[in-house]
Amino acid sequence: MATASLRWSDPRVRSVVWQVLILGSIAALVAFLVVNVNANRAQRHIASGFGFLDREAHVPIAEALIPYSDATSTFARALVEGLLNTLRIAVVGVVLATVLGTLVGIGQLSRNALLARLCAIYVEVARDIPVLVQLLIWYAVLKLLPVPRQAIHLGGSFLSNRGIIVPMPLASPAWSAMFWAALAGAVLAWFWARWTRVRRARLGRAPPALSIGAALVVGLPLLAWLAYGAPTALEYPALRGFNFGGGTTLSPEYAALLIGLVVYTAAYIAEVVRSGLLAVSHGQTEAATALGLSHGQTLRLIVLPQALRVIIPPLTSEYLNLTKNSSLAVAIGYQDVVSIANTTMTQTGQALEGVTIIMGTYLVINLATSALMSWYERRNRLVER
Amino acid sequence: MSGTTLRAAAEPVPALAGTVARPRAGGRLIRIRTTLFGGWLSTAITLVLAYLLFRIAWSTIEWGVVRAVWSVPYTATGAPDSTACKVLDHAGACWAVIADKYRLILFGVYPYEQQWRPLICVGLFVALYVVSAMRMFWRPRLAGIWAATLLAIGVLMWGGVLGLPFVPQDQWGGLPITLILFTFGIALAFPLAVFVALGRRAKSLPGVRVLCIVYVELIRGVPLISLLYMSNEMFPLFLPNGVNVDSLLRAQVAVILFAAAYLAEVVRGGLQALPRGQVEAADALGLSYWQRTAQIELPQALRLVIPPLVNTFIGFFKDTSLVVVIGLIDLLGAGRAAFADPVWSGFSPEVYIFIAAIFFAFCFAMSRYSRALERNLSANRNR
Repeated sequence: MATASLRWSDPRVRSVVWQVLILGSIAALVAFLVVNVNANRAQRHIASGFGFLDREAHVPIAEALIPYSDATSTFARALVEGLLNTLRIAVVGVVLATVLGTLVGIGQLSRNALLARLCAIYVEVARDIPVLVQLLIWYAVLKLLPVPRQAIHLGGSFLSNRGIIVPMPLASPAWSAMFWAALAGAVLAWFWARWTRVRRARLGRAPPALSIGAALVVGLPLLAWLAYGAPTALEYPALRGFNFGGGTTLSPEYAALLIGLVVYTAAYIAEVVRSGLLAVSHGQTEAATALGLSHGQTLRLIVLPQALRVIIPPLTSEYLNLTKNSSLAVAIGYQDVVSIANTTMTQTGQALEGVTIIMGTYLVINLATSALMSWYERRNRLVER
Repeated sequence: MSGTTLRAAAEPVPALAGTVARPRAGGRLIRIRTTLFGGWLSTAITLVLAYLLFRIAWSTIEWGVVRAVWSVPYTATGAPDSTACKVLDHAGACWAVIADKYRLILFGVYPYEQQWRPLICVGLFVALYVVSAMRMFWRPRLAGIWAATLLAIGVLMWGGVLGLPFVPQDQWGGLPITLILFTFGIALAFPLAVFVALGRRAKSLPGVRVLCIVYVELIRGVPLISLLYMSNEMFPLFLPNGVNVDSLLRAQVAVILFAAAYLAEVVRGGLQALPRGQVEAADALGLSYWQRTAQIELPQALRLVIPPLVNTFIGFFKDTSLVVVIGLIDLLGAGRAAFADPVWSGFSPEVYIFIAAIFFAFCFAMSRYSRALERNLSANRNR
């Protein structure tokens, strides 16, 4: 039997032969590359491995989120700073791009022809110019702003070529109390929603979940704020010597990267939102009206859940695109993880390790988001009979 | 699941906005009244937007046309004298930088008197795109046209034959680099993408399947910049000692590997959208795997995904600008070289706007084409 089945017409034989051929040639290619890399490194006296991470970096970092010293901190520490800077741009960018994109997406469907047309033009223009060119334009414009002495004064903020300086609330224990109160409110709201769901399943009716939940999330921090005597003092920036003191500064690099990424990604998000809203058929709205649901109920219970099912997957992919595009920071000198890994590569010659660090960082972010997404999709899948 | 694949292409849904809330009949005045002043909120929005639009349009015209400097005098030594621009202090655009440097921006440091060669190449590229966009050429011979054109472009750029002086690759620059990266990238990534898409669906070859999945997800999970770094910094390490690859080819390899992963997902979406009956009928006729794939599945699947393919191409065209990060002189890189000249330092916005306009022209044309095609194809399908 064994000899009889060893023929080309047997699909199993073909499958094994093909796989051995393809995987074998890939393995041979990889082996070839590894041999070359080892030989080349030995010749150039480049040590392999991640031992360089413990060495002192001497990489100056302009915007460090955690304590960092240019003189004594290690490469590992510098890379963590870079990672934090990446997350700082990605998280803020995602939030702002979602807000702007949603507004523009809805605006494109507006009955007002001027608004709809302007939104459509914005989407087209923003999507047809490379994000790198847009970043460079924003950066060039921000660098053309006047020096701090002649800064443009806009409602307590200053625009100058050193960045955008905005007033900050004075430090007060109220802020951390409000943060914890909001966290507690969110947890309580989650339990409240669960409880109402169980109760509704058993009794057929229950107290409202959404309004009480919202009241918890907003109300608790408000109470904490009042309990601390409702501090409202703001620290305004003021010119001291050649630069500003007080307030908080968005560096031109950060501001240009943020504006560029938000403007670019919001155009894509607008298209996602628009197509999601259009994907809900008109019959659904009409049926809801026929059932006597109010306008708000129709939107909340009928249109949004169905639109979100269409919107969420491409929206996630736009978030990931924004995160990946934040790597363009290297072109304008914002020190994200790619920029610092790049400096590390030039200083130590550890190209393989540097690229591995960059790729690993983004892969982890991507895989984590994808896992979260498929969990969401599984939970909200349409159950069909 | 086709949802996953369509994500890759960031595909816009056909424009339906125009069909929503349009009044049916009536004169122009009535239409203006309902679309612009159909209620107090709508009226307020219209007035605010019209005011803002007017303000922005006016200051743009003032900066870009009225107060702009279009040319500057040249000194006796032939150097431009940019004083006229500098005294303006950005109150008006300095288009003189474009007038002075457009050859550098478009063609880089390609020998000046030979620049008709890259110019013809740009023309050939555009002709190639136009031909590929016409449906009468959607036949196997299109591959032949591509091969012939790309060969001609190679001959023109390098020279060294037919009496053309040889121009080494490190003197190429500007728009041809952008178009070369884009076009060769697509031409070589596309066949690879088809094989990867087929491999990812090959149920009888689990090893190949896993390989294809890892490749696609790995590439799509990392930014293009990291691939460019990899090819730029690590190619010298990967190759045997003494073998050298020029920087353009290194970037080209990264672009191909990047594009193939995204294209593979689009092609896979098309393969998945094919009705199962097609495959079953082909099997029932006794066709082999390659006959079935080449004659039944691929022709239909590719036709289905042409609009998302074009959208993916637009993305690649924009992404080629990233090669400037590894020091390649593409359109963007040549533009940066233009204002590196101390005479023109500080006039980067003008140069960037010029470059943005070129990118916009290409991408806008492709995006309009994709929309028209989508309407056209779906009209055929819904007949």
